[in-house]
Amino acid sequence: MKPGSLMAPEKAHLTLDVNGERIEVMFARHKTLLEVLREDLRLTGTKHGCELGECGTCAVLVDGQPVLSCLVLGLACAGKSIRTVEGMADAELHPLQRAFADLGAAQCGYCTPGFLLTAEALLKQNPKPTCREIEEALSGNLCRCTGYLKIYEAVELAAAWMRGEQAEPRDEVLYGRR
Amino acid sequence: MLRLPSFTYLEPRTLKRAIQMKTNAGPDAMYVAGGTDLYPNMKRRHQEPRTVISLTGIKALRKRPTDRRTDGHTDGRFVLTAGLTLTEIAGHRRIRRDYRAVARGAELISTPLLRNMGTLGGNLCLDTRCNYYNQTYEWRKAIDFCMKKDGAICWVAPSSPRCWAVQSSDLAPVMVALDAQFLLVGPKGERVVPAGRFYHNDGIDYLTKHADEILTEVRLPRPNGWDATYWKLRRRGSFDFPVLGVAVWVRWDGTEIAEARIVLGAVASHPQLVPSAAEVIIGSKLDEEAVLAAANAAFKPSKPMDNTDFGLAWRKEMTRTYVKGALAELRARRR
Amino acid sequence: MAGDERYGRTDGQTGGSSISLSDRPTVHPSNRGEGLRVVGQPLRKVDAVSKVIGATKFADDLMLPRMLYCKLLRSPHPHATILRVDTSRAAALAGVKAVLTGRDLPIPFGILPVSQDEHALAPDRVRFIGDPVAAIAAITEEIATEALDLIDVEYEPLPAVTSPIAALEDTDTPIHDYGDRGNLHKLINLEFGDVGEGFARADHIREDILFYEGSTHLAMEQHAALAEWSPGGKLTLWSSTQTPHYVHRALAQVLELPPSRIRVIATPNGGGFGGKSDPFSHEIVVAKLAMKTGRPVKCTLTREEVFYCHRGRHPTLIWTRTGVTKDGRITAMHVRTLLDGGGYGSYGVASTYYTGALQTVTYQIERYKFQGARAFTNKAPCGPKRGHGTPQPRFALEVQMDKLAHDIGLDPAELRLRHLVPPGSVTANYLQIGSMGLGACIDKVTAGADWKERYGKLPLGRGIGLACSSYISGAGLPIYWNNMPHSGVQLRCDRGGGVTVLCGSTDIGQGSDSILAHIVAEVLGLTLEDIAVVTADTDLTPVDLGSYASRVTLMSGNAALQAAERARDIIARHAAAKLDVPTERVVFADRRVFDASDPENGMPFADAVQTAEAVEGTIGTVGSYTPPMSPGRYRGHGVGPSPAYSYSAAVVEVEVDPETGIITVPRIWIAHDVGRCINPVTVMGQVEGSVYMGLGEALMEEMPHRSNVKNAHKNPSMLEYKSPTTLEMCDVVTYLIEDPDPNGPFGAKEVGQGPLLPVPPAVANAVYDAVGVRVDEVPVTPEKILRALKDKARGKEGRYGPMSFPDIHWPAPTVVPPPWEGGDGRAVTDIRHQGGRRKVSHPERQH
Repeated sequence: MKPGSLMAPEKAHLTLDVNGERIEVMFARHKTLLEVLREDLRLTGTKHGCELGECGTCAVLVDGQPVLSCLVLGLACAGKSIRTVEGMADAELHPLQRAFADLGAAQCGYCTPGFLLTAEALLKQNPKPTCREIEEALSGNLCRCTGYLKIYEAVELAAAWMRGEQAEPRDEVLYGRR
Repeated sequence: MLRLPSFTYLEPRTLKRAIQMKTNAGPDAMYVAGGTDLYPNMKRRHQEPRTVISLTGIKALRKRPTDRRTDGHTDGRFVLTAGLTLTEIAGHRRIRRDYRAVARGAELISTPLLRNMGTLGGNLCLDTRCNYYNQTYEWRKAIDFCMKKDGAICWVAPSSPRCWAVQSSDLAPVMVALDAQFLLVGPKGERVVPAGRFYHNDGIDYLTKHADEILTEVRLPRPNGWDATYWKLRRRGSFDFPVLGVAVWVRWDGTEIAEARIVLGAVASHPQLVPSAAEVIIGSKLDEEAVLAAANAAFKPSKPMDNTDFGLAWRKEMTRTYVKGALAELRARRR
Repeated sequence: MAGDERYGRTDGQTGGSSISLSDRPTVHPSNRGEGLRVVGQPLRKVDAVSKVIGATKFADDLMLPRMLYCKLLRSPHPHATILRVDTSRAAALAGVKAVLTGRDLPIPFGILPVSQDEHALAPDRVRFIGDPVAAIAAITEEIATEALDLIDVEYEPLPAVTSPIAALEDTDTPIHDYGDRGNLHKLINLEFGDVGEGFARADHIREDILFYEGSTHLAMEQHAALAEWSPGGKLTLWSSTQTPHYVHRALAQVLELPPSRIRVIATPNGGGFGGKSDPFSHEIVVAKLAMKTGRPVKCTLTREEVFYCHRGRHPTLIWTRTGVTKDGRITAMHVRTLLDGGGYGSYGVASTYYTGALQTVTYQIERYKFQGARAFTNKAPCGPKRGHGTPQPRFALEVQMDKLAHDIGLDPAELRLRHLVPPGSVTANYLQIGSMGLGACIDKVTAGADWKERYGKLPLGRGIGLACSSYISGAGLPIYWNNMPHSGVQLRCDRGGGVTVLCGSTDIGQGSDSILAHIVAEVLGLTLEDIAVVTADTDLTPVDLGSYASRVTLMSGNAALQAAERARDIIARHAAAKLDVPTERVVFADRRVFDASDPENGMPFADAVQTAEAVEGTIGTVGSYTPPMSPGRYRGHGVGPSPAYSYSAAVVEVEVDPETGIITVPRIWIAHDVGRCINPVTVMGQVEGSVYMGLGEALMEEMPHRSNVKNAHKNPSMLEYKSPTTLEMCDVVTYLIEDPDPNGPFGAKEVGQGPLLPVPPAVANAVYDAVGVRVDEVPVTPEKILRALKDKARGKEGRYGPMSFPDIHWPAPTVVPPPWEGGDGRAVTDIRHQGGRRKVSHPERQH
């Protein structure tokens, strides 16, 4: 990279609302939300795959909307509520997390936090999405392991659970077609 | 991890203050809205502002779309403020009904995540793109840079005196086709520019907007008997920039076309109006013969360069198909 | 199924001569076949919860106090001599703690013993844009990055080799000073029987030339490594590697440290696909920097740098000539491949052998000849990507089978079914087949896709295509020659009833940790929750060679099985005494140990462990696995043998717009013979993931370089390297075929790679069914389809693909008579090819 502008950055000192908690943090003013979360708050559940907005791995929710944390300044998040994968589960898994775990929708698990949060935002807006709507909503998140299929199934299953339905994964999803 | 260089970040609350900040900071300052174009460019050191002035805190740029204005200046046009996100544009009920080409263009941009961040104004001012330019500093250094940034040559056309970076906004050709008006606000006041005059066919100097002006509003014509559509060609159904865009606007007079504009995106450094293609459908019923003639007329001046995804021959070839498709869609809708 | 007789078998047993069930450790009565309690259950992976809550620590998630950040300066030239490196300006920058150049790490390394051609930092020569030249450690990544621009390197550019065709030319400045000739890294010439005579017996012969473009793994996680040096003399490296054992060896070699002073921990890989299988520059560099500074040092590659690490699919040109009888029996096949290897050896010698090795394991081939060449070029080095060297020739073979079927008027499915390799047989090139479920796979996918009713009968623009494949379940030989096991497991039983399994294997997302837990839980009658799995840590775990070649389920699985059975035998002995029953009646199930004849007479597993421990002391066992010897004894026989071969068949449906060539794939039916599912959910995931990656290669992924601008990589970014999104992924109908292999644990075979292979050829075959043109090239893009359609409309051949295969001066062939012609696996003196000179080929292990 080109020299000249990287040295001795001025630091910002502010309070961020992360996963419902107000956290005081100090960081270099040019840092992205991704860097602040991972490096200053040590919330390494948020991953990165390109840092250019080209893969969706670093997705987090800002004021409920999934955004690319690699392209948001930490400074720009003052006064906004930030949700990361660490905020999804309490003592129990979030239904989406449960479904992802049960169906093998997380293989290497690296893209998983971004998918979970993007899916959570979708289900909040649309509790009963069609498969096409799930595909569309997740079309900004790349995954190289699963071929997305188990992810769709997991989102559908979790959506059913969140609607209070007694749903189980289809036999074909677990064992293939007989 | 690719990181931003350090810079001064300013968050003005008013347009006036933003312009003042820009005046004070001088040429080293840039405006930013959603950040989805500027920040990647800064990480790759294409653009190196020392001061970044964020427009996201300015309420005037994020008003509800409306045609009811009291200032009497909009002439019944439908006004979109430039700070609306692409998600908001694509999902707005009235836009989807009356300006479906706009909604279509917006929803085809990149990904849902990016559309939650990117703005209308940002997309209309999108930096031109080129796969010799949209690379990291190290990559560009290895090829000794190009004239768009840090270098002297255009690798796409090495003997060319100009830069051939590609106009890659999906909404720009739509706005030109619709003959939208852009409101620019700068230190010297306001001016209204027709979309067609907002762009230059030059990869470096691609906007007529002055660096200190802010695109604040897009004014769309009243929906009174015209129709329009936008077709986008790209490899994948998301993420990808257009390798060809076709925006078509027509005004019907009964069963015949009274007026038309056909605009090509992503084959030049600006949205390219093709009057010769529009002419051949005027007076026609958009019958097969007229459609074919328009497609052939658009094909001729479509001159993509080898600096995007896909080969240029195929992209040129697709101009014909996409113009045909767009016109057929409009014809079908009329019936 | 009545049709089963076609495959020569009606059950899961093989008719093989050299393999019998007795080779396997005895399986306890309670754990056989239908009695399985854990194996075969769709259970949550052992690491699933930590992954979904974001708690899994990937390499870049690790941060240690006082940690420094490392950045690598990379070559801006495709090929150049380094005249001078001046790091003084960089070293003087505030915050920079150490600078390294090639001089600091002079010892070369490389994954294969025959290709020790890499340096952690290039000492005198750079071989592609992106080749590492110098390294910085600084207190922030920003400073380290800034310091890179302050390193002054003077280069003298050398001519760059841009293609394997160009690499065939004589040169004064070869890219390497080793190899078989000039810029040809490896030349192979193997002949199994007289193919000339075989072709003479054919009723129909066809020759095809096809090209398979290079592609990269694009794991979502960018490689990262963190090193820590203790002043006591111990180095610890955490790295996103698939092969901690080989990294351990490379570090010892380059850093000249005793292996006992090095601990390598493979962090969970955020995807691997073969891309993290080599020891890499950044791993060695952070170790050296940690030793130099006494501080932890981390290096996380940018996405662009990951493209430069590459080791992906070799772009491969394939010429293939096949002779068949009227009913499609293959009398002879001759395959030539030319691989674009990029700047370094990597696994390339093995990759080259693999472009010929597995052509023989699906359809019976009477005579077989393979000539392969790998060229060095000035590009990022190629290596093993999912399917390692076999998707390219498989594409050629399966497309050619489709063409042959049309030529001789047979249904492509029928042609394949008629000539399947029998289970338990030995192929022309001496590969020992075990279970072979390809027939069942073809039946499933053709039935699912309604093949008979739809093939050749869909309207213009729609089509279906079939292809099949096979893949190894681990390589028969290790990468470096040794007599030791390929996989080891230690197992420890806790008084509380928990069991810890320790194994050097690496979970790269495929679920290998869970497989160990499944197998141990099955044998000891426990649940997955009772098993703690510790893997991929050279200080704690016995050696497993790594997560490559689809070897882990079979090899680590067998080692775990043996260790668990040994533990079970110890515990059973003491439990039997206490229960006062014969040992052979003791059963382990439901966390209890009890009398099979009187289940009430038993005790909890924990009590049984305590009973045994009271007498034996700590209950710990080991297990290990060494693959069976392969029947081949010729030079080059080492690549291809495997304990078991998986089989796959796929039918792909395509829609092609004849006006634009735009192709979409709405659905794929895939059947995979996995032997046995240890965990069906992870098996499903591997099949679907393989189909996805195969679809990406079939339709859009490629690694082009710009020959006009110094051979620069054209698209080293997530945006411009086209990986299918949710919107390109098709529906997949999966059938899991369980044809247990006697060599697999509970019969299990591989699933991580094989299902990728049939997808690209099935796509190409479906395009032909849809619009009647052949795209003999991967990826199958709209541009190519349209070109072929236009040619066809002009009366030319409706085909897009390479037109010629270059003349290559091949070495004298190694001639090996096939088993059915009296061969014993050894090469013979061959007068015919030596112009009368006698040459004896000695059996030799070769990778």
